[in-house]
Amino acid sequence: MDILLQNAHLIDPSMDLDEASFDLEIRDGIITQIGRGLKSNGEVRDLSGAVVAPGFFDLHVHLREPGQEYKETIESGLNAAMAGGFTGVCCMPNTEPAISNPFVVSYIKEKADGHLVDLAICGTMTNDRKGEELAPMAALAKAGVRMISDDGAAVRSAEVMRRVFEYAKTFDLLVTQHCEEHSMTAGAAMNEGRTSTKLGLPGWPSVAEEIIIARDILLAEYVGGVRYHAAHVSTKGGVRLIREAKARGLAVSCETTPHHFTLTDEAVEQHGTLAKMCPPLRSQQDMDAIIEGLRDGTIDCIATDHAPHATHEKETDMISAAMGIIGLETAIPLGLTHLVNAGHLTLSQYIERCSINPRKLLGLDTVQIKEGHPANLTIFDPDKKWRFSESDIRSKSRNTPFLGNEFTGRVLGAINQGMLYWQR
Amino acid sequence: MRKDLLTTEHLPVETALRLLDRSDYYLELLKKPGPFQKLKILEGMTVANLFFEASTRTRTSFELAERRLGADVITLTPAVSSLSKGESILDTILVLEAMKVDAFVVRHNVSGVPQFLSDRLPDFVHVINAGDGVHEHPTQALLDAAELRAALGDLAGKRIAVVGDILHSRVARSNAWLLKKLGALVTFVAPETLLPRNVGDVFGVETSHSLDEILDSMDAIMMLRIQMERQARGFFPSLEEYREQYGMTPERVGRSSAFILHPGPINHGIELESETAYGERSLVLRQVKRGVAMRMAVMEWLFN
Repeated sequence: MDILLQNAHLIDPSMDLDEASFDLEIRDGIITQIGRGLKSNGEVRDLSGAVVAPGFFDLHVHLREPGQEYKETIESGLNAAMAGGFTGVCCMPNTEPAISNPFVVSYIKEKADGHLVDLAICGTMTNDRKGEELAPMAALAKAGVRMISDDGAAVRSAEVMRRVFEYAKTFDLLVTQHCEEHSMTAGAAMNEGRTSTKLGLPGWPSVAEEIIIARDILLAEYVGGVRYHAAHVSTKGGVRLIREAKARGLAVSCETTPHHFTLTDEAVEQHGTLAKMCPPLRSQQDMDAIIEGLRDGTIDCIATDHAPHATHEKETDMISAAMGIIGLETAIPLGLTHLVNAGHLTLSQYIERCSINPRKLLGLDTVQIKEGHPANLTIFDPDKKWRFSESDIRSKSRNTPFLGNEFTGRVLGAINQGMLYWQR
Repeated sequence: MRKDLLTTEHLPVETALRLLDRSDYYLELLKKPGPFQKLKILEGMTVANLFFEASTRTRTSFELAERRLGADVITLTPAVSSLSKGESILDTILVLEAMKVDAFVVRHNVSGVPQFLSDRLPDFVHVINAGDGVHEHPTQALLDAAELRAALGDLAGKRIAVVGDILHSRVARSNAWLLKKLGALVTFVAPETLLPRNVGDVFGVETSHSLDEILDSMDAIMMLRIQMERQARGFFPSLEEYREQYGMTPERVGRSSAFILHPGPINHGIELESETAYGERSLVLRQVKRGVAMRMAVMEWLFN
């Protein structure tokens, strides 16, 4: 693969690089030259107005394989990631069987082999996500797992959680919690708030997220020497707890999702089950706090929580409907539209939260736009206006409330592993 | 533009008033002694009553209203439908629609199902919400308002309390929207555990934790049925304590000049006592009779 990218706006927060109108020569997957006025006999792409950034990494996706291939496969999920501009994703372990042993890890690795998108694998914290016995962390770590979570459920017992923290230390695993106090959320269909009161739907109170975040911060501090990560933080109180923990110097991090900085629980009235998520869409106050957390760095990264579901699992009532939406194809357009173009984050800050920080949390090498380094790049036009339609979806599922939305900012392509993807 | 009756929240006040008036008309017809002469207003129309949640009185009330207007009526309950075979609610309704059903009366234990089905049916099919989860029960609110108007006259400025399990009550929600539109002042009375958060704000009603405090000032008191299993979920300590705090006991009835309503079925000895449930200030049986008249008025309006 030889290609010359011309007149690109190069932004790499890891090196404070932010320069317009640069050319980038890539040969055999390696960045061979960065400069101005470069010439090539091979493929040339004029990227005037476009940004070239270190490849985006999504820390939280559900690829559904093994076990629920009717929703998504590793292949279709990675294709969705590629079309969405990501060069790496980390898949969650709530598959069937769950990622609780190294055999499932190697099965998934094999399926992902040879794709443009790198796949990291999150193992479970407890066996089969039951919250009872510790997962075989040594074996998982040896198989390449760097992050553990029982995603979809929180570890209910504080005692078990304490042991997870203690045991995970040895392997420097990122201990990630799905923060939900389940005794308060049984049967919940949406955020507890004005809209749930009006619609008469059982509510998932924000405090149910905050209780677990608070508990885990206390446990992590008590155990010491462990890295704690709160998945898909959605509440004002959650952001505050993490901000305070960071201020006290604890190794605490968190992510939020694109839907939590773009939609509030009022969307349930318009979108019905397509606005049913876990954690649910929250109030305007919560959303404002999430955006502020992204701005001031309390929230380390943006992760999609890409959650494909078949049509029949969403085309039903609010209680029976599955939770979550697909997110890979809309994540970057939503971020550019609602964070960057809305003036909340600079491009450089945005790229840091989508590329640099998630890899850092996983302990992966920082991807840099530097001569001699592998070309691992996300390319997008931050000003391009376009309308999202079904033909833009590469995922096997269609469950998204964003169809028909107009975005400002579009992914143009991705380069990784010596391969190249261009948006049609 | 299709016609549905899904909520009182979105029901224009002019329509509501027209329905109250028409229910007065049908009530007079129903009061005439002797056999009821079936009307032909819905002749040739097929109405399907889909009761995914069990209900005897509402289902019977709808069926009688539909038959008295001349409709062909089918009634399905989960036990006799194919839902138990894994067919979805959407399948059920689309299959029936394909057999030419002109209106669906839907009761379901999940909020929002009538709207969900209405959004997926062709425009010429009507959907009537017969109670969805803890969202709305618009025909109940309409019949309550009609009886309240018959008892109190114009409802503007009248004080009406809704007492009991507001958290799980579609009757309370539908009544609040409609009574407010008609100018009444509504107070929700319940322990905090049975009041949804921000309920006063969202519905524009007063809230109180004390029935005794508001008793004197009310023109009407609507008691809600307490579901026995709620106690087990810890919303209140015991039925006895609930009755003590929120029951319309004979002692409270004696102190109050308010009319008493209850959507039924009554838990005798909890919300009301047998002697007062059908006493002189009780509108309970009138509500039942009005139910049929109101559902006739609603059907007539939908097909007009």
